[in-house]
Amino acid sequence: MADTAFRVCIVHLDRNKADIVSFGDKNVHIGGSGLAAALFDTYGLPTEPWSHPDQPLIFAIGCLTGYFPLMSKVVCGFKSPHHDQYAESHAGGRLALAMRFAGYDAVVLRGKAELPVAVHVAAKIIETKDANYLWGANALTTGRVIRRAFPGASGHRSILRIGPAGETLSAYACINVDTFRHFGRLGAGSVMGVKNVKALVVSGDGDQDLPGTDSKAYAKLFKQVYEDMTATEMMRKYHDLGTPGNVAPLNALKSLPTRNLTQTDDPEMEGISGETFAKNLLIRNTACAGCPVGCIHVGMLREQFQDEHRFQVRQVAYDYELIFALGAMIGVMNASDCLALMDEVEKQGLDAMSAGVALAWATEAYQKGLLSKEQVEEDLAFGNTAAYKEAIWCLGHAKNAFYADLAKGVAHAAAKYGGEDFACVLGQEMAGYATGETFFASQSLSFRHSHLDTGAYGYDQKKHDKDPQKATEYFVEDERERVLLTSLVSCLFARGVFKKPLLAECLRAVGLPELAENMDKAAEDMQRLRWRMRLATGYEPEKTTIPKRFLEVQTWAGKMDPVYLENLRQSYITAIRELGAPLPEEEKQE
Amino acid sequence: MKILRASRMDRCIGCHSCSLACARQVHKKFSWNMAGIRIKSSGGITTGFEARLCLACDPAPCVKACPTGAFSQRKGGGVLVKMKLCIQCGKCAPACPVDAVYLDEKDQPYVCIHCGRCVDFCPHDCLEMRQKQDHVRQGGDANG
Repeated sequence: MADTAFRVCIVHLDRNKADIVSFGDKNVHIGGSGLAAALFDTYGLPTEPWSHPDQPLIFAIGCLTGYFPLMSKVVCGFKSPHHDQYAESHAGGRLALAMRFAGYDAVVLRGKAELPVAVHVAAKIIETKDANYLWGANALTTGRVIRRAFPGASGHRSILRIGPAGETLSAYACINVDTFRHFGRLGAGSVMGVKNVKALVVSGDGDQDLPGTDSKAYAKLFKQVYEDMTATEMMRKYHDLGTPGNVAPLNALKSLPTRNLTQTDDPEMEGISGETFAKNLLIRNTACAGCPVGCIHVGMLREQFQDEHRFQVRQVAYDYELIFALGAMIGVMNASDCLALMDEVEKQGLDAMSAGVALAWATEAYQKGLLSKEQVEEDLAFGNTAAYKEAIWCLGHAKNAFYADLAKGVAHAAAKYGGEDFACVLGQEMAGYATGETFFASQSLSFRHSHLDTGAYGYDQKKHDKDPQKATEYFVEDERERVLLTSLVSCLFARGVFKKPLLAECLRAVGLPELAENMDKAAEDMQRLRWRMRLATGYEPEKTTIPKRFLEVQTWAGKMDPVYLENLRQSYITAIRELGAPLPEEEKQE
Repeated sequence: MKILRASRMDRCIGCHSCSLACARQVHKKFSWNMAGIRIKSSGGITTGFEARLCLACDPAPCVKACPTGAFSQRKGGGVLVKMKLCIQCGKCAPACPVDAVYLDEKDQPYVCIHCGRCVDFCPHDCLEMRQKQDHVRQGGDANG
């Protein structure tokens, strides 16, 4: 009988030792989202604050990671500084394959290093090195220095690091992964920061046998999946314009959050459309390891820094969400200016969405006299790129009391300074979809408060009969399907290809026939486990609110329907309470 | 005989599909090392990627270094590999001027055999099978 346990590396930062643990069961926990939740269930401290040294910072891959194209993502599980509850964030880059080839299904950081360190995990190495000298360095500089500090495994190594925002413990500090990818949302970067971990290097330097028992059948199935991912039209939108292709259609649907959501479309949208980026700035694509789609779009930022034609050139990755947050939402309607702000956010190690929404709120609050010039320091005005660039630095460094408050989240700042009505917060700072009530209800309540928890933004874009029960059923079922994918761990862009019959074939090919038969049950169990972790760490969905600004939105479908929105929220809250209900005593003991 | 060339690496997106395909199909391994082509970043992702693979030398220094004939000269450049003759001495890898031979933990060598089975797995057409240029085929001797 094959061993279906996960191999987990638990690094104890305070003791400079590690445990290699045989944990859980692939047939039950699948990996990724499920494995992270199970690890948190075992090692997490639900009632202690996120900053407690013994809280685990979990990175988990899944039972199909690396074995098939686009099985290329990693789930980070942690107690979030944003809401002090259990949270997940997802990233790609090279990390997933590096973990697979290092031989670990999960890496867990526990404890707190005495002084800032860089942690290195490889097939035959677990070590920490002093990184005190890097404290204060931005995320890009840190990457360059760490590459030199940990030579070897070039191209097969993943470097996670934090910028100043993670050091100042911002509620929305990200973890930068391999320059262009991130564990973006909900502040995982500060969990690294509070543990005094400036960087985590994972070297995928181990060698492995093919999965399963039939190498020919595996190779044949791999080829079929590869062809589906590359040769069909299904994936075109991701590698052609990429996600920025959403800017123009969302603007046309009056769903592009603009100028702190005072507008949902803008006549100047063309300046930041995916087409404009592709035509004027796109220089190359790159990919996560194990993904032939190459959806990462890299633009060229060319900035003149002196007279006499002296320029500096930087490569900056862009996506729809960044264009929304650091473009439309703050009235920056020029693609090159957007790139400049993305570059600054990257250096500070901030989540781009939260940073943009925070600046948008601060701009309106400043305009309305709720904030003074002394507090904001810069002349915050929609479209003022130079001021925003400075403000992003201030935010990353928590430069004064105001920026320190803003770095704790827009809701926190608005509660203190006023302007709660126009704080664009749905559980966390909103994502770029002013599509309507269904999305607002979903993001305000869903597990990650992410646009990726459910397809609610798509639901809004089709005609529907505003039936809260139907929409709730959709949320729950769609979330379950996504939990399956994020447990395996697939990129969600592949959800059109990885339908269940194909997933079952893949699972059988790697020697997991039992999971192939029971994937629905396993996915539902992991969905419930995630919710139990969220509720056990203090989530009270009843206390979430929808700020007034969202009710003032007008989309292609007209004005918001507050009754449908509220009924949908109540219905979803009931569903969440049921999903996250504590296990009966007898099941707990099993 | 044609040889594999990574002629258009400026287009590489770093997906490693070629390495994984070679390991999976040729060497029956799950690895991005145990492969005849391996992708390295040339100093961070922003500077792009480079491919480590056999440049099809003729005569090949690795053949000269091999004490048993496990590596023999391939017509058209590169090597023919007979693993049954390999004694895992590890001499081939350091003999290669471009680090194209990977040795596993047991010093078993992995090198490109110019079969071209990775080519279809490159989404950006970085790889191609082609004849060596005439003047290269003749070697330095052609210059007298």
